[in-house]
Amino acid sequence: MSIYLNSDSKIIVQGITGGMGAKHTALMLDSGAQIVGGVNARKAGTTVEHVDQHGHDVVLPVFGTVKEAMAETGANVSVLFVPPAFTKDAAIEAVDAEMPLIVVITEGVPVQDTAEVWAYLQGKSTRMIGPNCPGIITPGESLAGITPHTITGKGPVGLVSKSGTLTYQMMYELKDFGFSTAIGIGGDPIVGTTHIDALEAFENDPETKAIVMIGEIGGDAEERAAAYIAEHVTKPVVGYVAGFTAPEGKTMGHAGAIVSGSAGTAQAKKEALEAVGVKVGKTPSETAELMREILQGL
Amino acid sequence: MDLFEYQARDIFEKHGVPVLGGVVATTPDEAREGAEKLGGGTVVVKAQVKTGGRGKAGGVKLAHSPEEAAQKAEEILGMDIKGHTVHRVMVAAGAKIAEEFYFSVLLDRSNRNYLAMCSVEGGMEIEQLAVERPEALAKVAVDPIVGIDDAKAAEIVDAAGFAEDLKAPVADAIRKLWTVFTAEDATLVEVNPLVRTEDGKIIALDGKVTLDENASEVRHPDHEALEDKDATDPLEAKAKANGLNYVKLDGEVGIIGNGAGLVMSTLDVVAYAGEAHGGVKPANFLDIGGGANSQVMANGLDVILHDPQVKSVFVNVFGGITACDEVAKGIVGALEILGDEATKPLVVRLDGNNVALGRQILADANHPLVTLAETMDGGAEKAAELANA
Repeated sequence: MSIYLNSDSKIIVQGITGGMGAKHTALMLDSGAQIVGGVNARKAGTTVEHVDQHGHDVVLPVFGTVKEAMAETGANVSVLFVPPAFTKDAAIEAVDAEMPLIVVITEGVPVQDTAEVWAYLQGKSTRMIGPNCPGIITPGESLAGITPHTITGKGPVGLVSKSGTLTYQMMYELKDFGFSTAIGIGGDPIVGTTHIDALEAFENDPETKAIVMIGEIGGDAEERAAAYIAEHVTKPVVGYVAGFTAPEGKTMGHAGAIVSGSAGTAQAKKEALEAVGVKVGKTPSETAELMREILQGL
Repeated sequence: MDLFEYQARDIFEKHGVPVLGGVVATTPDEAREGAEKLGGGTVVVKAQVKTGGRGKAGGVKLAHSPEEAAQKAEEILGMDIKGHTVHRVMVAAGAKIAEEFYFSVLLDRSNRNYLAMCSVEGGMEIEQLAVERPEALAKVAVDPIVGIDDAKAAEIVDAAGFAEDLKAPVADAIRKLWTVFTAEDATLVEVNPLVRTEDGKIIALDGKVTLDENASEVRHPDHEALEDKDATDPLEAKAKANGLNYVKLDGEVGIIGNGAGLVMSTLDVVAYAGEAHGGVKPANFLDIGGGANSQVMANGLDVILHDPQVKSVFVNVFGGITACDEVAKGIVGALEILGDEATKPLVVRLDGNNVALGRQILADANHPLVTLAETMDGGAEKAAELANA
């Protein structure tokens, strides 16, 4: 088991012919993920060539539309490597095609575009992860995104994080245990899948025994997640929050990582998590250590 | 990006929001000319700073003639208001105010939509109103697809409790402010106060606008001209020119890392380590992203080594897609590019993909400035120690 993504997932790549799309299509194939095709309206009818994890040649069809790609391949996941100016339209096309899961890797999407996509997919069947995220990996089964698949394998830890590199760092620190699924939800002010969504899914996933939750400054997603944990999560959760030293009013790399006035501070998030019994590490290594203790006690 | 009041005024005017005449001035002479341009009568000279409370600080003064406008500008220019030096004033036409209201529309992160707030009690700080008299502040959710149409504008003015005769003109102003919000890709448009003048006009007297920088990058090339070049730190400007994501901070340990989250985390870990080393702190945020080739690394180091406050540098990279040997080659290459300009000790921590090879490359290069660290916490400790030496 896992959340959102497994070995049966059939993945298409929107923007498969671009630089990022091509590079990460190759890496996803190398992880063993089932990549079944791509979309680029201007290159419909062509193919792209790659190599799978066993070194066999793979010829992937490029379709004109997401709908066509789904009909032809049975794809149920789409990963978007589309430039920010065109991300909204690409995402809406996937929602209209009733794609069950879309993973938006693109950084720099105008927030009003994301707000519109989010409003658009209400009441529809699509789950969106991202934008501005590393995507999702179920080690040993599938990868929809850019997370390095070589860090670690399958295991009992579920991970949800706003940050890509902190996801990799945490997977590396706990590589001897492994992960059920690791999901990077993205660092933008509005994202499709939240900490709460992932916590709920991990709670319901029998393979996940414990959860690491990584947050950072900006917004109140971590505080809301803390309230959710208190009510609904029975599995052990360890937390980490980045950005204690971030000055007020400065965007720290991620568009959503900003302390506004007294709102969105790392301290407030840490306190909210600790108030509901979540152990919060002072550094990524200490956080991994806290999780290690829990796993050893299971 | 937050705009100055005069920039907000100009943008309001562009989208048909009723505003008063206003001219920006950086010298008393320009203020005099501005007052003349506005008819030579009574004007208000307003400090242009991106902070509140400028009225109380003496940054807003009435002038009854162009000569007096120049005098007031002389007094206000160069003032310090909550740490912001006044480089510009706006000379604004005077108005006889009968009533003050409040309106704003902003991105609501928690609810993933927009929030319009409106009150018939304007003029005061809105945070204060929200705490003291929350019932006087109407809050109306705005759907990002539907936006503020006529029906939504009517809902907002009804909720705020405007008098019947004001509902139509205020709703009209709100519709136009919504146009500003969407057409300019703002995350905040605030008018405080929105006023009714004695002759019955609705006017946006003072505006605050925050623009979404992602959107500016993608589809508003004209927004670049709105940047406050004076206030930008020279190192930040240099970093930006090199396409680096850099924020200047007030410490001694220069930081380079890959990925926003890991870099933020590195700042924290260095600050903790600094507690035991004379209280040294991180000097900057610098995310060099996934690539981390020699040139990007050199550009990053170049910016950091030119910060006179920096005493040591901590390079903290997790090799994910990029392998550590590539990163190590990048560091060695960067030090070659910089040559004699590299003068401060570097602590390097590499982890992840091909880490053994990466560390070997750095060990073989045996650069006198470079110390290898096994862990992130250990590297932070070493860099803090070196900064305090």
